[in-house]
Amino acid sequence: MPDAPGLELIAQELNATIDGAVLDTYFEHEQAALVVSPDRILDTLRWLRDTPGQEYHFLSSLHAADYLPGEPRFGVHYELLCMPRVERLRVKAALPDPGGEELPELDSCVKLFPTAEFQEREAYDLFGIAFRGHPDLRRILMPEDYVGWPQRRDFPMGGEPVLYTHNEVEMPRWWE
Amino acid sequence: MAQGCAGLEVRREKLRGGRRPEGAPSGRSPRAPLDEPATPEEFRARQLRARDLLRGDLEGRELERHVEEAVVATRFERALGWARANSVFPLTFGLACCAIEMISLVTPRYDIARFGAENMRASPRQADLLILSGRVSIKMAPVVRRIYDQMLEPKWAIAMGACSSSGGMFANYAVVQGADKFMPVDVHVPGCPPRPEALISGFNKLQRKIQGNPDPGWRQRYNAIGTEEWARGGATEPTQEERDAYTAARELTREGSSSPGSDGA
Repeated sequence: MPDAPGLELIAQELNATIDGAVLDTYFEHEQAALVVSPDRILDTLRWLRDTPGQEYHFLSSLHAADYLPGEPRFGVHYELLCMPRVERLRVKAALPDPGGEELPELDSCVKLFPTAEFQEREAYDLFGIAFRGHPDLRRILMPEDYVGWPQRRDFPMGGEPVLYTHNEVEMPRWWE
Repeated sequence: MAQGCAGLEVRREKLRGGRRPEGAPSGRSPRAPLDEPATPEEFRARQLRARDLLRGDLEGRELERHVEEAVVATRFERALGWARANSVFPLTFGLACCAIEMISLVTPRYDIARFGAENMRASPRQADLLILSGRVSIKMAPVVRRIYDQMLEPKWAIAMGACSSSGGMFANYAVVQGADKFMPVDVHVPGCPPRPEALISGFNKLQRKIQGNPDPGWRQRYNAIGTEEWARGGATEPTQEERDAYTAARELTREGSSSPGSDGA
C-alpha cells in the first residue's frame, strides 16, 4: 500500500510523464486512489504496469459505479496489485453521461490486462459503459436480448407488489 | 446381569395362533380372508387350493372361497395412482441455497426413501418430479422450462421455498417473480429455505394429489369461505365490482377443491 506521500510521488511522476493524466488523489482508510483523465487511462495503466519501481502487474478487479445525481455520473475503477511488494493502488476514471441513448465510452484495457475482458463485459452489461477496442463486447450476465442497463440508479427496481389479505381489496381480479 | 445395567427381558412367544382363546372350538373359526393361517394344516390346505386353481381344477364353492381369500378388488386408476405416488423419481436439479435442504432429504436423517422417492435421476427423461429448489433467474427460466418439457408424462413439480413460489426477497430485475409464470407447479412449499421436514410434508401432499385425493386449501378445510378480511368488516368496504370478483373467486376455489389436479396445496 503506498502511503499518502508515496501516492503524491506517483501522481507527480505520472503528470511529468503523461501530460494532464492525474486529476486528483485520494488517500482514505489506508487506501490510495488516483483520479485519472479518461483520455489518458490506457497510458496511465501502461506506465503503472511497466515502469521499474511501480510494477503493478496484476489487475485484481475492474468495476463500474453510478454516482447519480453526482457529476460526472459514471466511474470505472481499476484495482491494481503489485505482487512483489503487496501494494494496492486504485485508479478511477470518471465519465460524464452523454445523455439520451448514447453510452459513455472508455478505452478498453484488454491488451494490457487480459483478465479485463470479462470484467469489462460485466460493466457494459450492467452499467452500459462501452469500452472502445474490446474484442467481444456483449452482455455476459443478463440474457442476450435484455433491454436496459439494470444496475444504473435510474433503472426501475422491478419485482411485483406482494398480495396479502389486507390489500387483497386493492387488487380486484388478481387471479387473472 | 451386571450391577447398574438396564434390565432387559426377552420373551419368546409363538405369534401364530397365540391369540386364540383356550376354549375356542377346533376347526375353522370365522376369520378374515387375508389372515395368517392358524395351523400348519390350514396353511397346507390353502396351498393345495391355490395349486388346484392354477391347474383349473377348482370349481363352484371352492373357487368362490379361494377368490374371497386371495383377491383384493380395486379400481385400476387407484392402483395406478398408488403405484405412481410411491415410486416418484425426482430430478437431480438444484437451483440455489434450497438445494442444500433438498439434498439432505435423501440422507438417512430425513430419508425420503420412506416414501419411495430416494431415486434421484440425473436425466429429465427418467424423472417424474421437478423440485425447483431456489430462485429462478430470467436467464435460467427458459432452461428450466426446457427441462420440464423434456420430462415424460406423467410429471409433477414442487416449487420449494419463497423464491421459486413468488420471487421471495429477490424483487428485482433479474429474478422471475414466481415459477408458475412459465411452467405448471403442483405444490408450493413455503419457507426460506424450508426445512427438509417441510419439503417432506409438501411431498406427501403431492402423493395424495397423485392418488387423486388432493388436500383442499385451508379455507375449504376449515369451512372458512367468507371469512376474508373485507367480509369481517375490514378497513374499506369493497365496491360492487370487487364484490362480484370475490364471488367469482370463491366459485373458482370451490370448483378447484372438488376436481383433482387444479388445486395446489
